[in-house]
Formats: sequence, C-alpha cells, structure tokens
Amino acid sequence: MFNEFLRVWSDSPGVSLSIWLAILVVALYLGRDQGHKVLEASGRTVFRTMRIWGFTLARLEQRLSLRNREILLAEGAKAAEKAIEREFTRVNTLVERDLSQYPSLHREIAETIEKIEADYQKSAETAPLPPAWGEVVETISALPTNGDATMNKILQNIKEAVEESHEETLKAYKKASSEKHALLAAMQPDWRKMDNKLQVVNEKITGLDERTKAIDSQIATYENIRKGTDAAVSSLGSSALTQFFIAGLVLVVAALGGLINFQLIALPMSEMVGGTSYIGVMKTSDIAALVIILIEIAMGLFLLESLRITHLFPMIGSMDDKMRRRMMVITLTILTILATIEASLAYMRDLLALDREALRQSLTSVGAGGAVDAQFRWIPSVGQMIMGFILPFALAFIAIPLESFIHSLRTVLGALVIGALRVLRVLVRMVGGAVLHISRVLVHFYDLLIMVPLSIERLIVHRTRPSERQTDAKSLEEPGVPEEIEASSEVKKPAARKARSTSKRKIPVLDDELSSDALQSQ
Amino acid sequence: MKWLKQTGFAAAVSILVASMMLAGCGEPRPTSKAVYLLLDTSGTYTQELNKAQAIMNYLLATLNSDDSIAIARIDSGSFSEKDIIAKTTFDMRPSTANDQKRLFKHKIDAFVANLKQGSANTDITGGVLQAVEYVNETHAGEKYVLIFSDLEEDLPKGHIRDFPIKLEGIEVVALNVTKLRSDNIDPRDYQHRLESWQERVQQGGGSWRVVNDLERLDNLIVAR
Repeated sequence: MFNEFLRVWSDSPGVSLSIWLAILVVALYLGRDQGHKVLEASGRTVFRTMRIWGFTLARLEQRLSLRNREILLAEGAKAAEKAIEREFTRVNTLVERDLSQYPSLHREIAETIEKIEADYQKSAETAPLPPAWGEVVETISALPTNGDATMNKILQNIKEAVEESHEETLKAYKKASSEKHALLAAMQPDWRKMDNKLQVVNEKITGLDERTKAIDSQIATYENIRKGTDAAVSSLGSSALTQFFIAGLVLVVAALGGLINFQLIALPMSEMVGGTSYIGVMKTSDIAALVIILIEIAMGLFLLESLRITHLFPMIGSMDDKMRRRMMVITLTILTILATIEASLAYMRDLLALDREALRQSLTSVGAGGAVDAQFRWIPSVGQMIMGFILPFALAFIAIPLESFIHSLRTVLGALVIGALRVLRVLVRMVGGAVLHISRVLVHFYDLLIMVPLSIERLIVHRTRPSERQTDAKSLEEPGVPEEIEASSEVKKPAARKARSTSKRKIPVLDDELSSDALQSQ
Repeated sequence: MKWLKQTGFAAAVSILVASMMLAGCGEPRPTSKAVYLLLDTSGTYTQELNKAQAIMNYLLATLNSDDSIAIARIDSGSFSEKDIIAKTTFDMRPSTANDQKRLFKHKIDAFVANLKQGSANTDITGGVLQAVEYVNETHAGEKYVLIFSDLEEDLPKGHIRDFPIKLEGIEVVALNVTKLRSDNIDPRDYQHRLESWQERVQQGGGSWRVVNDLERLDNLIVAR
C-alpha cells in the first residue's frame, strides 16, 4: 500500500516522495493561518483549562487550610479551656483543703497572741523599787558618835534595820525580776508556735500564688488561641503532629503486644472450638482468639471511659456517677475474667506443646517419652501464664493513645491533603505552561517546514511593498493589536513578554474570560 | 467532630483487626487429607516392614486434625476390611489427635512385631480397590494411596483383577519398589512392572509417583 502510494507520481520512489513533499509543503503553506490558529488555540485552551484547574485547586487548598486552622484553634481552645478548668479545680481543692481550716488557724494565732500579750502585761508589772534609804543610812553613819554607847547602839540598830529592810526590798526586786524573766522565757515557745503557723499560712499562700501563675499562663495561651494568632496555630499544629507520631508509635507497640497475645491463645483455642473448622480462610480457633483480644480491648476502652480518662464515647461520659461506677465494676470484672481465661489458655498451650514434643520424640524414637528436661520446665509455663494475665490489662490502656491518635489524625490528614493539593496545583500549572510552550514551538516548527515558500513570499513582499512592512512594524508596537498579527510577529513577542514579566504578580490574575469561567465553576 | 472521632475509632480498630488477621491470612485454606498405606506382607518383603514403620511415623507426624489414615496389608485376597490393620480420623482437638496417633502407632508396632510369616500370594489390585473405597468415603480434599510393595502381583487362582480401576483425584505413590531376582537378569521386567502400574493408574484417572529413597519422604505429602 505504502509502496503504491510512493509510486503514484513516478516509478522512482525518490522522485515520487519529493513530489509528495512538495505537495505537502504547498498545502501547509496555504493552510498556514489555519494551522497556526489550531495550534495556538489548542495550546491556549489547555493552558487556560489548567489555569482554571490551578485556580480552583488553590481556592480549595485555601478553604481547606482555613477549615483546618479553625478546627485546630477550636480543639486548642477546648483543650486550653479544660486545662484552665483543671487549674481552677486544683485551686478550689487547695482552698477547700487548706483555707477551710483558716478560721481555726486564725483562732489559734489570736489565742497565742493573747497569751503573749498577757504574759507581756505581766512582765511589764514593775516590782517596788527599794526606797531611797541609802542617804538615810549614810547620814546615820556620818553622825558623830561622841563615844556615847547608847547613842552608838541606837544608831547601830537603826543602821542594821535600814540595811535589813534594804536587803529585803532588794530580794523582792530580784524575785520579781526573775519572775519577769521566767514569763518572758515562757513566751518563747508561743512565739515559735506562731511563727510556724505563719509559715504554714505563707506556704499555702505561695502554693496558691503558683497556681495563679499557671492559670495566668494558660489564660495567655487561651487568649492567643482565641485571637487566632499564627504562633498559636503553629504551636497547636506542631503539638498535634507530635501527638500523632507518639500515639502511632504506642499503637504499633500495642498491636505487637496484641499479636503476641494472639499467638499465646490461638493454639489452645483449637482445643475449645476445634482446629479444623474454618470461617473464610481463617481458622475458627484463630477468630475466637482474635475475638477474645478484641473484647479485652473493648472492655479496656469502656473501663477507661467510665473512669473518665478517655472521652471517646460521650454517652458513657454523660452517665450519672452511680451508673458509671457500676459500669466500671462490670468492665473490670469481665476484663479480669478474660485475663484469667487467657492465663489458663497460655498454660494449656504449654501443655499442648509438651504433648506434641513428646509425641514427636516417640515417633522419631529419640527417647521414650518424657525426654523434655523437666527441671526448669515450670519457668516458661509460669512466664506464659503471667503474660496471659498481664497482657489483657496492658491492652486495656490502648484507649489512651488511641484517643490521642484519633484527635491528631484530623490535623495530620488535613495537612497531608493540603500538601497533596499544593503539589497537584503546581503540576497542573506546569502542564498548562508546558502545553502552551509546546504549541508555540509547534507553530515555529510549522514555519520551519514551509520555510521555502515563506522565504519566497518574504522576498517578494520585501521587494514589492517595503513601505507596508514598515507600517506593519509600527502598528505592532501600538496597543490593541489583533491576535493573528501578534502571533505572526517575530519581533514583537519578546518585547511584549519582557514587558509582562517586569510587572510583579502576587495573586494569579485571570482575564475576564477566565474569571467568569472560574466563577461559573464555583 | 463526633463523626470523625467515631470514624477514626472504627478505622483504628479495623487496622488492628486487619493486622492481626494478616497473621492467619497468608496461606489459602488447607483441605483435609486421607492416606491409605498398603503394606506388602508376602514372602520375603516382610523383612522390609521396619521401613514401613518409618513411613508410618512420618505420616503420623505430618497429618493433623480432621485427616484420615488407614494401614492395610496386602495378602492373598486384599479386597477385604479384615486386612485393615488400623484406621482413624484424627479428632479436631489437637490433644485427642495426639492420643489417637499414639494408639495408632501402638497397633502398627504390635502388628509388625507379631507378623511371623508372609502371605502366599500378593493381591495388590484388591488392596488398591479397598484403598480407593476408603479414601473416597472420607471425602477428603487430598487423597493418597501409598503402596509399600515390589509391585509384583501374584494372584490366587480364580481371582479376577484385570479390569480398570477408578482412581480420579487420587495420588498413588509406590514406595520402596525393590528389585526382584529376575529383575537383575532382565531389568526391563522392573521397568515393565512400573510402567504397567503407571498406565493402569493414569488410565483410571489418578496420578502416579514412585519414591524409592525413603530418606526423601519430605515431599511425599505436603504438610500444612
């Protein structure tokens, strides 16, 4: 067919091919304007479509980002409110516990002060001072005796009486002083007691002060969240991401623990439900083991929920305390029963393994039964039983990381979707730009194919109408040039592109048609 | 937010369940097996019975709950239930299955120990017919008939065995096919013997295999 096609014009394929080429070039030359239009219109259409897509994706990304921010702030505000509420509860507890005793403390302090005051009053009472008899004694001593024995005796008696009286007075004074000192000494423990009481008060006040500072800090965070500051959003986002990874890690660990638990009870389960029945492709015994583990996890969830540690089920959280306590007891009982069953299953697994080993040895004639060393055989048995009992309780705590994971999942998923949208937007824009560029290259390639007739045309035009060429060049520099002329102009395009590129664009600007298309698409 | 919390919870539990199910979903669901082992007790072949015990031990170690096993002897007229030495279908509970295996082993050991004299004739076809009947009755997914014999059939006068046997879905394995004195003179006899049995089995719709090296029993039955 192709050979026949080649020999239409001549028997020589070369000549025939040349004729075909010439026909093609002529046809392309004649349909140049239409060909250019097709290429340019196609390129521009794809470019515009891609721009609309890019614009739509940008809007979607923006909307999603806004929504994520709102959710993040709402969750952050909720968490901050809870934290503040908790701080206030602590302050309340502190006040109720410590400051409720303040009246008695105040009374004790007042009593101590009264006692000190009374003692002080007592110590302030002055003992009678010795009368000023010194001068009298001196005067009597200085009296001339004149050798009169009677006189001397009288004077001597007076002197002795005065001195005796003076000593008694001094003794009374000393006694009174020592009593004052005793009173003052008795005041010392009261001072210390009061000091201790005041220290206690000080400590309590300091504790309250610290709580107040913590509340201030929480309130500041809450204010930032309410204001929706970028710092708060960034902090919350970072916190959510950290929570996501930590909770994810703990969940992986829990899943591994679940698998170990599964392996521990799957074999002995075949003793209960049989080892040959299947549901789908899974053994019924495996499914039974899985169900037990899942029930344990569910019981753990309910237990932590009724303890109000997690808040996955609002219905449980809103139950009255009596019902909640009942639920707590029931779930804990079921969990304990299941843990006991698991411990016994783990022990049975060990027995089965021993039995199998004994049979295997008897079949291979390695030993006549009981070849397994029984000396330390109890250690793995006990270990398996303990593991069987502990693992259900450990799995029960999966609810805590699960809740964190679910809470942070929304933020992380939102961030991932935003990232994906951003990448998609860039790709769409790149594809649009590339198609437009390819269409332009194809236009030039088209001209390259028909360069011979084009050159001839240019030569003829150059010779016949040089003045028109100048006019065309001038008209191209003016604004509002028709699109066809602009496309055919080789000189104008770089200049115009340069002019466009100098203007800074922050927001993607759509022309009227694009804007209307975008609005319609919304 | 509530729906998100619930969806997230459901997703997390699903992931946990899926990860656990993956532990058991790696392989397709296995089917039960039925194995019928025919022991040639004719003439000098009785001396080979200790090897048959090794095969039995291998089978007992390989088979599990819900599998069936029977061991029968080949004598002058083997198409009879009386020739079945021991047969059992293992219980679904592993511990009971282990007890059944012990009992089975005990029976075979006692048979081998008490066997003093071999049978005068060798009715292999009758034994195979009995085996086919047994394995078909078990409705097992995989059916095996193991023939522990030199495959030299020596029928008593009047016994008719030259008719096709229906062996669809049954894998027939000839074990320890020893060479006879006459085979040493003309090895083609041995080849012809094997080929005739192969042809007979394949014409009956079964598959045929020969395992002479008992050290290579690993692939005799695909273990679960």
